[in-house]
Amino acid sequence: MGLYLTEKHIKYKDGKDDHVSPFFIYHINNKRTKVFCSLKVNNKNWCFDKKKVKSTDKQAGLKNRKIKAIKLQLETIISSFKAKREPLSPEKLKSEFEITKLVDNEIKKINTKPAINSKVPNGPLSSKWESHKGSIDLVSPSNKRNIDIIVVGTGLAGASASATLAELGYNVKAFCFQDSPRRAHSIAAQGGINASKNYQGDGDSDYRLFYDTIKGGDYRSREANVYRLAEVSGNIIDQCVAQGVPFARDYGGLLDNRSFGGVQVSRTFYAKGQTGQQLLLGAYSAMNRQIARGKIEMFSRHEMMDLVKIDGKARGIIARNHVTGELERFSAHAVVIASGGYGNIFYLSTNAMGSNVTASWKIHKKGAYFANPCFTQIHPTCIPVSGDYQSKLTLMSESLRNDGRIWVPKDLTDAKLVQEGKLSPLDIKEEDRDYYLERRYPAFGNLVPRDIASRAAKERCDNGFGVNKTGEAVYLDFSHAIIRYGKEKALINGQDENNIEIVKKLGREIIKQKYGNLFQMYEKIVDEDPYVMPMKIYPAVHYTMGGVWVDYNLMTSIPGCFAIGEANFSDHGANRLGASALMQGLADGYFVLPYTIGDYLSDDISTGKISTDSKEFEESEKGVQDLLQKLISNKGKNSVDYYHKKLGKIMWNKCGMSRNQNDLVDAINEIKKLRKDFYKNVNVTGKVAEFNEELAKAVRVADFLELGELFAKDALERNESCGGHFREEYQTKDGEAIRDDKNFKFVSAWEYVGEPSDAKLHKEDLKYEEIEVKTRSYK
Amino acid sequence: MKLNLKIWRQQDKESKGNFVKYEIDDITPDMSFLEMMDVLNQKLIYENIDPIAFDHDCREGICGSCSLFINGRAHGPDKGITTCQLHMRKFKDGDSIVIEPFRAASFPIIKDLVVDRSAFDRIQHSGGYISINTSGNTQDANTTPIRKEDADNAFDAATCIGCGACVATCKNASAMLYVSAKVSQFSYLPQGKVEAKERVLNMVKQMDDEGFGNCTNTGACEVECPKGISIKNIARMNREFYKAKI
Repeated sequence: MGLYLTEKHIKYKDGKDDHVSPFFIYHINNKRTKVFCSLKVNNKNWCFDKKKVKSTDKQAGLKNRKIKAIKLQLETIISSFKAKREPLSPEKLKSEFEITKLVDNEIKKINTKPAINSKVPNGPLSSKWESHKGSIDLVSPSNKRNIDIIVVGTGLAGASASATLAELGYNVKAFCFQDSPRRAHSIAAQGGINASKNYQGDGDSDYRLFYDTIKGGDYRSREANVYRLAEVSGNIIDQCVAQGVPFARDYGGLLDNRSFGGVQVSRTFYAKGQTGQQLLLGAYSAMNRQIARGKIEMFSRHEMMDLVKIDGKARGIIARNHVTGELERFSAHAVVIASGGYGNIFYLSTNAMGSNVTASWKIHKKGAYFANPCFTQIHPTCIPVSGDYQSKLTLMSESLRNDGRIWVPKDLTDAKLVQEGKLSPLDIKEEDRDYYLERRYPAFGNLVPRDIASRAAKERCDNGFGVNKTGEAVYLDFSHAIIRYGKEKALINGQDENNIEIVKKLGREIIKQKYGNLFQMYEKIVDEDPYVMPMKIYPAVHYTMGGVWVDYNLMTSIPGCFAIGEANFSDHGANRLGASALMQGLADGYFVLPYTIGDYLSDDISTGKISTDSKEFEESEKGVQDLLQKLISNKGKNSVDYYHKKLGKIMWNKCGMSRNQNDLVDAINEIKKLRKDFYKNVNVTGKVAEFNEELAKAVRVADFLELGELFAKDALERNESCGGHFREEYQTKDGEAIRDDKNFKFVSAWEYVGEPSDAKLHKEDLKYEEIEVKTRSYK
Repeated sequence: MKLNLKIWRQQDKESKGNFVKYEIDDITPDMSFLEMMDVLNQKLIYENIDPIAFDHDCREGICGSCSLFINGRAHGPDKGITTCQLHMRKFKDGDSIVIEPFRAASFPIIKDLVVDRSAFDRIQHSGGYISINTSGNTQDANTTPIRKEDADNAFDAATCIGCGACVATCKNASAMLYVSAKVSQFSYLPQGKVEAKERVLNMVKQMDDEGFGNCTNTGACEVECPKGISIKNIARMNREFYKAKI
């Protein structure tokens, strides 16, 4: 009984030397388990009596220390269970040991290199961008004509960058996997776009927008980038209005604003619930103008499969033509990645079906660092999951929290009845409702930032207060707003403000004007009238703050390769504020990249056309061809979706809204296993050289299966809770996040070295010169 | 519920296509139409049959990718929605459903239910923009007030998602609703007035060159438009067109 050390004999095929492999046996209640020490000791060097490596072995000290360390670890586990008075079965001991062993190994593997250079210019924060722009190397108009730039992705960032670069005189080749650039997923952004115009005169300024963004991001974003973002934000609105974007206006004919989470001013410009659509169509129209002039060559239904590097520089891409299935080569003097975020790694998210990480992941594998992959935004107001067949989740814009109040029943028995469908929310009295955001965060109430609102919803639902049959939903209720607006309107109209029917009717009309399309969308999906019944909502994956690491010029760690929009990491830290994604996409594309790219290209003016006949292009293309061939000829037993769903489950359960060490270690192992299984057992129908959506999907899922591992690794290493990254080990008694600025005030930039989770960590220390780093509070 | 599906299958642009029958079971009313297609495709994959190709992306009615012609109606039997917003609760157990691509000479079939709508993009290239530089040296956004009514009308026209339901529905395969939405949007805004003449002439010419038919005022496009783009926009475009011609 108990724990003891013994050894196993190993015979080699040639029979020359006999070895032993020492291992521990843990024996209890007639059950036993073995824990091997992963050591090989020559027979002659093993002391069978003392169970020790003799000093005749050159590595005796090391080996004995290892045996001792494993023994100590096992004994620690045994005694901790004794202290808890919990029984410890042999299997349990083994699994506990595997976890601690892995963590140790993981920690040892992290090889921290010196800090990386973000190339933030010197000088006071407020003049960095102006002076940088003024000192950047320029490319003259006649030279721009000889320079080609590839832009991958045509969302807000990609479309705006393509348009502006072409307008400046560069030759642009733009790529999107959709059938038209106008279909990129920026189109689905609903609520609005922030800008520090201060049109409402409520005290807004560049500094306040900057401050809100840094604070909202929980002090994990780069100060200089965020300030620049705030500085150019106003210009975006001017630009869009000049392009004919029909923003909402008030009766005086001036632009209207609304408020979003995490701020106390109204700085959000909007076009009903379709702001993203209108902004993207604006950028798309700017692109069309350049396509007509021949300055942009547009490649729709083309997906980037790999980056081509020549002499260490990004010089082109291999793309797959989705119509013919053929691979095509494209060369350029610089490559811009604007392919969006990787939220689809969770399978269920608010991203479009085709949104993927492939472009970003391929450049990561070619040397671009991937930053903060674990910073993911879970949006609090989405339509809850309704069944296994579900393919995606639908967002209900954050703007709804301007007028909607979030609540669950105060009483568990009420909640049970609601879940069983025996009680209607309309029958729950005001005093029996728990407006938990207003209760916990009186200063910001329903407009706390997204990460906080999401966790609070999860907390209530985890405790049994959820309001649908799965117990994973909370109410978003407009009845108060309807009455409030209705009374106001009745007074203006001179109607009876005490007639509840009139008031409700008028109120509903106002709500319809503000959020009509969202309410319609909700009704179509859920089949319930949200003007009468409160909406049911639950958090869902929405946006990824992490992404490709870039310097101040938005260049990745590969010279000549840039990343903009959601694909990069720089501006939102650990949590993005509402209506800031559109702002960042357009800022990067219209106002930042077109200037900073000149700094790099000024050295390239005499390079001339780049041939696609080089061995680098050949090798890259062959690599892609081999992968496609491998996937298609595999003929396994499971569909691509089978793997994507499985990966999504692991990610949601173990790397989702809250994370802990054990789950994350499990996730790494499970994803590794799943990836192996994918290559062995996936079944991709059809052929390579044809329109084949399954094959396109298989490539995307293969990359998600690698990213997932790095994602979990990043979350495991970040031993703090900040923004969207919540580690259960680091929280206060009342469940608020505990951030660790002493040890984690840095950007984790990962360098690919082989297995995704073996990546090398580079730290970019975050310096805050203008802002005092404080605990984030919305109370 | 159980359904009998009749779906158009066509290997590529050159091949001849035909209807193929599929039976499907275990469909629940809460599923969206495209989720029903997913279920069918998964079934086909496990039987080692090529899944049915169809365009789709955002699945929330805004990207305009999905384009199925269901039981003789663009985007199926509901009003104001795209195919991805159609739910199976609109059907009942035992129903037969015929699924075709959006058909028009200007929308050649790529595969199965996927069509090539690049003609729409080319119409936009011919004038669907305001010629200002994106370099950021524009005047302040509030310099020119715009009447709320005009802004709202411009917005309503601008919500077109370019799906092509209007073309698929029209007996003439006319793209007038699509083209007029863009022309109309800019015609309501002071920024759009500068190039109004050239825009409408060039866009209409491109529309004709692409082979889209003319409008005979049946109003079918308006009925099937998932975004409720009004046929008034066509009248407005006609006015812009005559103004430009004079």
